[in-house]
Formats: sequence, C-alpha cells, structure tokens
Amino acid sequence: MARWFGRKRRDTADQRPASALNRRQRVILTAEGLPLTLTLASRGVRAAALLIDLFLIVMGIIGTTVVLGYIAKGVGLDQLSHGSAAAGDLAQAVIVVWIIAAFLARSAWFLWFELGPRGATPGKRLTGIRIAARPGSDGGATRLSAEAVIARNLLRDIELFMPIVFVGGALNAGADTTLAGWASLVWFGIFALFPFFNRDGLRCGDVIAGTWVVETPRSRLDTVLSLGTAAQGISTITGAQYRFSEADLAVYGEYELQMLERVLRDNRPQALTEVAETICRKIGWTSGAGDERAFLDAYYTQLRARLETGMRLGRRKADKFDPGPAR
Amino acid sequence: MSDAAPIPASASLSARIPGAARLVSWFAGSGQADIAAAEQAALRSDRFRLEREADWRRLQAIVTRIEAGRIRSISDDDLIALPALYRMLASSLSVARETTLDAATLAYLEGLAQRAWFVVHGPEMGFRGWCARFFGGGWSAAVRSIAPDIVIALALMIGGTVIGWLLVSGNPDWFYALMPAQPGDARVPGASRAALYATLFDHGQRDGLAVFAASLFSNNAQVSILCYALGFAFGVPVLLLLIHNTALLGALLWLYHGQGLTLELVGWLMVHGTTELFAIMLAGASGLHIGRAMAFPGQRAVLDAAAEAGRRTATVMTGVVLMLIVAGLLEGFARQLINATAPRLALGGAMLVWWLVYFFAFGRRR
Repeated sequence: MARWFGRKRRDTADQRPASALNRRQRVILTAEGLPLTLTLASRGVRAAALLIDLFLIVMGIIGTTVVLGYIAKGVGLDQLSHGSAAAGDLAQAVIVVWIIAAFLARSAWFLWFELGPRGATPGKRLTGIRIAARPGSDGGATRLSAEAVIARNLLRDIELFMPIVFVGGALNAGADTTLAGWASLVWFGIFALFPFFNRDGLRCGDVIAGTWVVETPRSRLDTVLSLGTAAQGISTITGAQYRFSEADLAVYGEYELQMLERVLRDNRPQALTEVAETICRKIGWTSGAGDERAFLDAYYTQLRARLETGMRLGRRKADKFDPGPAR
Repeated sequence: MSDAAPIPASASLSARIPGAARLVSWFAGSGQADIAAAEQAALRSDRFRLEREADWRRLQAIVTRIEAGRIRSISDDDLIALPALYRMLASSLSVARETTLDAATLAYLEGLAQRAWFVVHGPEMGFRGWCARFFGGGWSAAVRSIAPDIVIALALMIGGTVIGWLLVSGNPDWFYALMPAQPGDARVPGASRAALYATLFDHGQRDGLAVFAASLFSNNAQVSILCYALGFAFGVPVLLLLIHNTALLGALLWLYHGQGLTLELVGWLMVHGTTELFAIMLAGASGLHIGRAMAFPGQRAVLDAAAEAGRRTATVMTGVVLMLIVAGLLEGFARQLINATAPRLALGGAMLVWWLVYFFAFGRRR
C-alpha cells in the first residue's frame, strides 16, 4: 500500500493507465435516469462457468440414468424384455423418453436458470456472473426478455455442440475424418474465438440475443469509519489529539484517500506502520510508534472532511499530483 | 410516527396506495439507535449514510429473497414498499456520488442499485410462464411474423427440388454427387423396381429406436440448426443449404418416378416429411430473417437489427427443435407401423394440416 503513496509522478499529464477493470466497465442508464456501472465478466470466468455447468448437466444425466435403471430393474423390466414383444416395446419407449430428455436437458438447464430472478446458471452463480440485456444504442438500459435468453442458448448449441456432432458423425461413418475434423476445427474456432474479436466479449449468441454477461455486484456494507473518538482525532492509547493544518491535508487527493481507506479496513499492522511513516514524511511530522491506527483514523477523517467539503462546492482534487482548482 | 415522514413525496404516495398508513412507517423507519449514531459521526456524509442505512438494508433483504426465488416469503408491506425503496436507493446513490468519498459505501450502493434494478426490471417471466405463452400462441405468432421469409424459403425449397430432378434426369451421375454413396444402399440409379419398393415397405430390417435416434441427431437436425446459425453470414449460406438439401429430394423423386413408385415414395416421405420439411423451412426462414436484417438494417445499427431479428426468430427455432423431435418419432415408429401408402398419405396430410392450422389460424386476435 505504501508504494501508492510514495509513487513517482508520471511523465504524461493524464492519470493512471486504464486498468483491466476499467476497460471492462460499461455504463447503462436506467429508466430513473440513474447511470449504473456494470463490469463485464472476463472470458476466462465465463469459460469456467460453462465447464461447471456442463459437468453438472452430465452428472445429472448420469444420475438420472442410474436411478431409472434401478427402477427398471426393480419392476423386472430387464427380464421381461427378453421375452414378450410388449415388454420390448415398453423398454423401447423408456429409451425414447430418455433420449428426448437428454436432448432437451441441456437447453432446459440453461433456460430454467437464466430465466430465473438471478439470471445465472449454477456455474455462473459460483463464478459470480450473470446475464443482462445490452442497452440500446442510446445507452438506455433494457429489460431481459425470455426470447433473448432462448436465442443466446440456441446459438450455444451451434457454437459448442455441433462440431462434436460433426466429428462424431464423421468417425462413425468412417469417411475422411481428417477433412471433417479440419472443417469442424475451423468452425469451432470461429465461434469459440468470437468473444476475442469484439470489445464487449460477446459470443455469437449474445450478439443475436442482445445480451451480455456481467459480474454480479458485491453486497456487503462495511462499517462507518468516522464513528468514535479516534475519528475526532483523540487517541485512545495516548489521549493525544491529532489536529492537522490545512497545509498538512492539502498534499493528498481522493485517490490517496481511498487507498488509506483500504488500509484502514484491512487493518494490517505492517501496512498501517508503513503508511503512517509515509504520511509523516510527506507532511513533515516526526513519526512516533505504537499509535498508528489513531493517527491514520484522524488523518483519514480530516482529509475526507476537507475533500468532501471541496466536493460539495464543486472543487475536486483527484490525487496528489492534481493541483486542485484555483481558489 | 407516520406524520414524521421526512420525505415530502410520501404524502402523495400515501394518498394513492391503500393501507398507506403502514407504508409510511418505513419512511421514518430508521431506528433510534442509528439516529443516535448519526449524531456521533464526525462526517456529514457518514451521517447521511447512517440515517438511510436501515432502508438500504431493508431493500437488500427483499432483493436477496427475490433472488433466491422466495418471493412468497416476502410480506405484503415489503412488496408494496419495494418500488419506493428502489427509487429511494437510486436517489441515495445519486446524492452519495456527489457528496461522499467513502469507497465502501459507494461500492455497496452501486452494487445494491444494480441488484435492485435487475430484480425490478428482471426477466419478464419465469420458465413456466414462458412455456404457457409459447404454446398458447407465442409460437404461432412468431411464425406468422416471419411470413415473408417463409415464402422465400418455400420457393427455394421447391426450386431446389426441381433443380435436383433436372440435374439427375440430365445426367444420372449427378445422383452420386448429391447423395453420398453408402455401402448396401439399394437406392441408386438403375435399381430394380422390387429393390426400390423394398426400401419403402421393408420395415423388419431397421430398428425404430435406431431410426429415431439417428434422425434426431443426424442430417436434418443439423441442417435446420445450421440454417439458423448461418443467417449470420447475411443469409447467403442459408440459400445454398436449402437448395442443396432439397436437390437431394428431387433426385430421389426422379429415381422412384423412373420405376413408377412416385406416390409410394411421397407417402413414405410424407409421414415424417411434412413435419420435418416444415421444420427445415421454418429454420431456413429464420436464418434468412436474420440475414436480411443484417444486410438491410435500415435506420438501426447492424448489431441492434441482428439482435431484434434474433429474438424474434428464437421462438420459431425453439419450435423447430420440438418439431424435429416429433418428426423423429414419426419416422422411427409411425412409418414402421403403417405399412401402406394410403394411411401414410393420410397421416402426413393430417400433420401438415395440423401445423398449418396451428401456425396460421390459432391465436389470432381480431
């Protein structure tokens, strides 16, 4: 953490380079006129979610098959089928139902869960992502429709499963598998790599359906930092009261404030010591030892009070390199 | 308690909603403990937060329950309050963005606002609701909405059949090009009438189950889904696929016609063909619809046009998958059970009439 406070000025006038996170952020405008910032899910996370889902589906199919097999055995179906034709037909009917169920299970899995209130399959839930409707060209948020969910999942069949069917068919027929294999590879490649060729990481299904996949937001509310005596500048250990002058507070901006907030919330002694030393050096105080937490609490609260007051008056200071508006 | 509502809007709100006395209580609902804490907080922005935190947490509890699908466990008061709580959160977030530098609170508000937005404007219906709408007219309406594309697809399929016939009648070698030779297949030019007849009525040889499974995972299902997928490439591959696949049909017709078995072949094909070819036609029409929307987006952006067409045809394609399953059942079982041309024609015709009525007469509201 300390290195953020002590980092050197960059040559360029602009701020930090756009981080990977910033590049994945998109703003939508809700009907209430509120801009919301969504974070697009990364491609790796989406692949992981898909693998989890496929694994669960296969396990589900296997489990159901085993249970059905036991039931069939229990009612004596397997013995009958050797004998009478009627029992053979019954067994055949059961197998047909099984084929249809397996054929539909995949689609039903994705549809059922993505149409639910979470907009996420179990795999997506575990990886912390969900689907959402892409905003229209005016940036206005749109609602996720059932048709969109269907469309994106129909295309999934084509993107993923068709190549498998192609290769499987070619292997069965014993025809020139190499050609089919190559065709399938190219085919699979086009669709699998599609997310890498557009800014939003859309796969074909997303393009057709008008959806995208975003990260589900966190939901924990951290405690208030400016409560208690420490925030008022009074140390609980020494009883000393820390008061910082205007000049002491003017050296840092919003970016450093938020770094300090993170340090305080993490509450790791070593980081606290380092940051306290850095700040002391910067504002020309002599750093004591043992009372860093109270010192930082006081500095945080007073710096935030100063910056928030400026903010209300329309004067903001982004970071320590920002000279701030002329007074 | 109720007259202490700090937000003026509550007055008009309470006038309109029955049982508003209870509703209003939450506007003043932040507990006394929070208020006391708020007085202690050193920062104005933290006081802002502490005064509203109870409402945020109440909204969070409601949203969490809805997300878990336990909407019935939410009390009526909470449900009625949900939209107002959501708007209040939106306004809290707007204010917080301009006044607070507490990253944790901002992140919490942003996250909760997103979750609440997803809940308030989430998927319009669940899986069951969608099924009811799909079978109760949604499918038919979607099919009707791409009627021009269906006409084009039908024309292409008829054209393809004619082309196949003409090609093979001009030069029988074309037959092998259209239909990949499979060992033991009796259906080749020059086959005797008896051999061809046997392929139509010989049901003891093939297992219905195998035929069913094969038809579901084989050629026609692939063609249908390919037709839809390739709509992407401005619909051109769809045209080629439709023509190529029906050319095969034309070649078969020519082959059996040569031995005077046209009607028998039509009967054999019609049992499942009316359903299967209908499905392929709908899939092709869907692909063309997407291709057309992307090639001629009009005033819209290409992506928007594709998305709109994709959503419209998704319903049709879901139906196509179901039709293919029905076709598989008909091919695997009904055709083996019915071993004469007249009932086959009747069944195929009945299926055709059923689909036509279901798609073009059912669910029309006048």
